[in-house]
Amino acid sequence: MKKLLKIFSVLLLICSSNTFSFAAEKVDYLKTDWSFKGLFGKFDRASLQRGYQVYTEVCASCHSMKYLSYRNLAEKGGPEFPEDQAKAIAASFEVMDGPNADGEMFARPGKLSDKFVMPYDNVKAAQAANGGAYPPDMSVLVKARGGGVDYIYSLLQGYEEAPSGMILDDGVHYNKYMYGNKIRMAAPLSDGLVEYGDGTTATVEQMSKDVTTFLMWAAEPHLEARHQMGFKAIIYLIILTILVYFSMKKIWSRVESEV
Amino acid sequence: MSDHDYRPKSKVGQWFNDRLPLLTLANHLTDYPTPKNLNYWWTFGGILTFCLITQIITGLTLAMHYIAHADMAFESVEHIMRDVNYGWLIRYIHANGASMFFLAVYIHIFRSLFYGSYKAPREIIWIIGIIIYLLMMAAAFMGYVLPWGQMSFWGATVITNLFSAIPLVGEGIVTWLWGGYSVDNPTLTRFFTLHYLIPFLILGLVVLHIWALHVPGNNNPVGIDIKKPSKDTVPFHPYIVIKDGFALLMFMIVFAFFVFYSPNILGHADNYIEANPMVTPAHIVPEWYLLPFYAILRSVPDKLLGVVAMLSAILILAVLPWLDTSKIRSAVFRPLYKQFYWILVADVLILGYVGAMPAEGLYLLIARVATAYYFLHFLVILPILGFKEKTLPVPLSITEPVLGGSPNLATARKKESKIE
Repeated sequence: MKKLLKIFSVLLLICSSNTFSFAAEKVDYLKTDWSFKGLFGKFDRASLQRGYQVYTEVCASCHSMKYLSYRNLAEKGGPEFPEDQAKAIAASFEVMDGPNADGEMFARPGKLSDKFVMPYDNVKAAQAANGGAYPPDMSVLVKARGGGVDYIYSLLQGYEEAPSGMILDDGVHYNKYMYGNKIRMAAPLSDGLVEYGDGTTATVEQMSKDVTTFLMWAAEPHLEARHQMGFKAIIYLIILTILVYFSMKKIWSRVESEV
Repeated sequence: MSDHDYRPKSKVGQWFNDRLPLLTLANHLTDYPTPKNLNYWWTFGGILTFCLITQIITGLTLAMHYIAHADMAFESVEHIMRDVNYGWLIRYIHANGASMFFLAVYIHIFRSLFYGSYKAPREIIWIIGIIIYLLMMAAAFMGYVLPWGQMSFWGATVITNLFSAIPLVGEGIVTWLWGGYSVDNPTLTRFFTLHYLIPFLILGLVVLHIWALHVPGNNNPVGIDIKKPSKDTVPFHPYIVIKDGFALLMFMIVFAFFVFYSPNILGHADNYIEANPMVTPAHIVPEWYLLPFYAILRSVPDKLLGVVAMLSAILILAVLPWLDTSKIRSAVFRPLYKQFYWILVADVLILGYVGAMPAEGLYLLIARVATAYYFLHFLVILPILGFKEKTLPVPLSITEPVLGGSPNLATARKKESKIE
């Protein structure tokens, strides 16, 4: 048994050493306590709803979220807006549909089944409107960046005066967490930019946290289900392992050999 | 084999078995005499079978929802993650399953290296194993291309470009592999087809691997030939079945931690960015399990020689049974080999580490030294060691050292348990 535990720990060690080897560039990101981390991690529902508000009022003017549908906003494990509210949100967007019986495209209010409406018709249009830089789609953004949520959270608060001697082109901004420190996006958040319905003060820090939480959910909509199932699965496996261990001991007691 | 005289008890069983001896096979598998001193490093064969079956089942399910098209592959993966019932679970098991598969296969291979399981009469088992390992790498590489993220695309570009190093026909071969003049939709569809095919080839080879194993029987930590069946063996069922089952459960706990709590930690963040032929990622790195070979590839300044070195690093394993000249199998009785073994393990880990780092400066130097040592180990150290090494006395049977026959054997036994 001791041997086995040794093997077990070696296994874990190998796994972890392999993953750490990728963390080549070390940057100290701003830290905050994310409610969705850990064995029982869950999203903060109110934060998700506020985060959606920040996304839709601020980010969505440039950033698309093409893999999400309005129905997701009402689904379990997400912001869980009441269905009426999610319907109202969807209906507030104009969706191009068609062609109709006359062969023409037409605009109609959005439905729950519609995907999030994109701010630009295509990548070229997005680049043209943003000085050549394409605002990345935000559906899986936190998973597509090395530092994950910490990186996004820090980036949103990382705007500073460029250090003396650094020359920035027109439309380029200094951000201490951006790779290379140069970013096309102007500081998107400022205190009081949105007015939260629940009375929370909309500081840059608060909005960064809320919108990052929302982006985490957008990238990983089944995170809560995953954590819940994971805990059950591992408890089940541990109990079964213990039972099998004692059965094994019993069976092997018939021969003069250790297991 | 002793089970040729097996006869089913029932009339129907006899009738069936005379026509297709499946029951004889089942009887052989349950009664199969296994050395009773196998340690937990021997449980990885069963674990690997589990990994293969898991990959096939989850893979089949994913294939029902995945769309192999350059414009739709990335989106269809997101569809699986979001809208397919438990799609996230199936995909995360499949993606992490590949890593767990390689983790297990590396342990399996290094167990074989330590206990000399590749030596006569088990050379064929070993060579089939190397072919399986090669196919696994091909399957894993092509599987990584399917989500059509940035690393998929650029990884595919880098690896397929290796073939262009072949003199004269290289460029033509690359175009042929791509089905065009760059990695594009035709490349994706053929990779999908092959990714679907290879696991079944592996399955067939696994059957041969086990068949070849059942002829001489298992090697064991003492590394001696044993009489079968005898006091030194136990029937496969229930002894080995339950032990393998127990080890498998431990393995599944580690597996579950990855799937449920850090499903993306073994992947690269860039693969959540859709493939874009116009944007090259800052660092193109393969999955962790290919890193040692990637390091060997990059440590040679010449492209063709780099490819040759990388391939030789794997193929050299196929002739290992003839490079290792020692008659003694288990490293337990080979004090010098044991030390070189651990140096090799460290060497491969170092290669893996520098494989993940940019190929420049100190990293490149380390990679070169480690690459040179890798070949030195197999081509020089092993052949010489067989003649020069003074080995410890080997027991005559497994039962002997266990019961503490002579003082010499008792020390051997002690040493053995230290390694485990």
